[in-house]
Amino acid sequence: MSKSVGQFTGVDVVECYQCGKCTAGCPVADKMDIRPSVVMRMLQSGDAASEDELLRSLSIWLCLTCETCYSRCPMELDIPKVMDYLRQRSLAEGKVHKDARDIVAFHKSFLNSIESNGRLHEVGLVIDYKLHSGNLLQDVTTAPGMFSRGKLHILPEQIKDKKGLKRLFKNQDKNKKS
Amino acid sequence: MTKLGFYPGCSLTGSSREYNESILVISKAAGIELVEIPDWNCCGATAAHNLNHELSVSLPARNLALAELAEMEELVVPCAACYNRLVMTQHELNENESLLATVSEKLQYKLKNDIKILNVVQFLEKYILPQLDELVKKPLSEDVACYYGCLLVRPNKVMKDARFEDPMSMDLIMQKLGAKAIDWPFKTECCGAGFSVSKTEIVGELSGRIVRSAVDRGAKAIVVACPMCHSNLDMRRPAIESYLKRKVDIPVIYITQAIALAMGLTPKQAGLQRHFVPVNLSVTQN
Repeated sequence: MSKSVGQFTGVDVVECYQCGKCTAGCPVADKMDIRPSVVMRMLQSGDAASEDELLRSLSIWLCLTCETCYSRCPMELDIPKVMDYLRQRSLAEGKVHKDARDIVAFHKSFLNSIESNGRLHEVGLVIDYKLHSGNLLQDVTTAPGMFSRGKLHILPEQIKDKKGLKRLFKNQDKNKKS
Repeated sequence: MTKLGFYPGCSLTGSSREYNESILVISKAAGIELVEIPDWNCCGATAAHNLNHELSVSLPARNLALAELAEMEELVVPCAACYNRLVMTQHELNENESLLATVSEKLQYKLKNDIKILNVVQFLEKYILPQLDELVKKPLSEDVACYYGCLLVRPNKVMKDARFEDPMSMDLIMQKLGAKAIDWPFKTECCGAGFSVSKTEIVGELSGRIVRSAVDRGAKAIVVACPMCHSNLDMRRPAIESYLKRKVDIPVIYITQAIALAMGLTPKQAGLQRHFVPVNLSVTQN
């Protein structure tokens, strides 16, 4: 997999010399099942079992893309981009960790909202997310406060050029870059 | 009147509309018109780059194309997350010819890809700061903690802020408004960002540490420049308090709201009534 990681991200995982700065600065490292520096080590090993373990890990979904690791890496390795690559592979291969399903449901609802309106509709997003995640009662106490502060719109804003938008979502060769 | 291109992004039309209101009101006071990109779309945010690489580039690229067609030379992008996606897209398309070809085909438009994209701090430094001495009518007096978050300074290879671990640009602006910007260690720590809905407890913890540090070091307000940072520190205060196991009443304001207040505009013009945590500063009292 290290070769395909390189093709997608431009990162040569072999360059990582395991200093551990990425893990030391990661704001969610203590919640991860495989920490960033270990992710890099497993990619270096290149064996199929490690690859499968990475794609099934919770870590890849907990990464917030805060870019702290990348900014501190002495080899300037773009670890968040490696995480993006692993997430997309994990999703495509149906290997998403069970505790990451809420995160993935949220991202999917987000993209659904853009696909149908062109802009994010926050109310639609949360309803769609609740239906897909099953977390129906979440934030029932926050929503009224948002409405009264004028922060939520009942109806979505729509862009005019729906045809142009549709082209962006259509005919994607998802395997091309993986 | 100076006219500049403007990309508000989705948050500024909804959950962070006070950010939009305050940047528009201070721009108007400074004689600057911010002109929205016609028919702009969502930048794709975290969802696109986590799930779909091509969309994470093509969605921002459509906005860049529309801005070029509208002959905009500079584009002001107040949301730090949108700013990050637009700048990363511009960068990636300049580095990757085959991706540029794919995206141009989808857009049916060949991007020149040379528009100058300004984040809120760059916009303030270039267009508001030179006029600030004349515009400030009611200086602030409090100690404040300037919180930059992730996306204004990282990835530093692209954002090119030499002080990416200890940025000072917002601190300097707040000092010009009369406030004292405190020295504190959480300026660029992550608030939990896009986990606001899907992993609220993580936001409570990460944002809780930020808020605790600001309070313990004597800040009377936290100043932000990102809608995600704002909603996590303000709207998610119950999650923060449950992590910290104590009440914290420190308000969180956008830097544009701080400028509006210092200009003598009313709390309502600055959009303070839209916050969850009430904002009580010397300038908000009559």
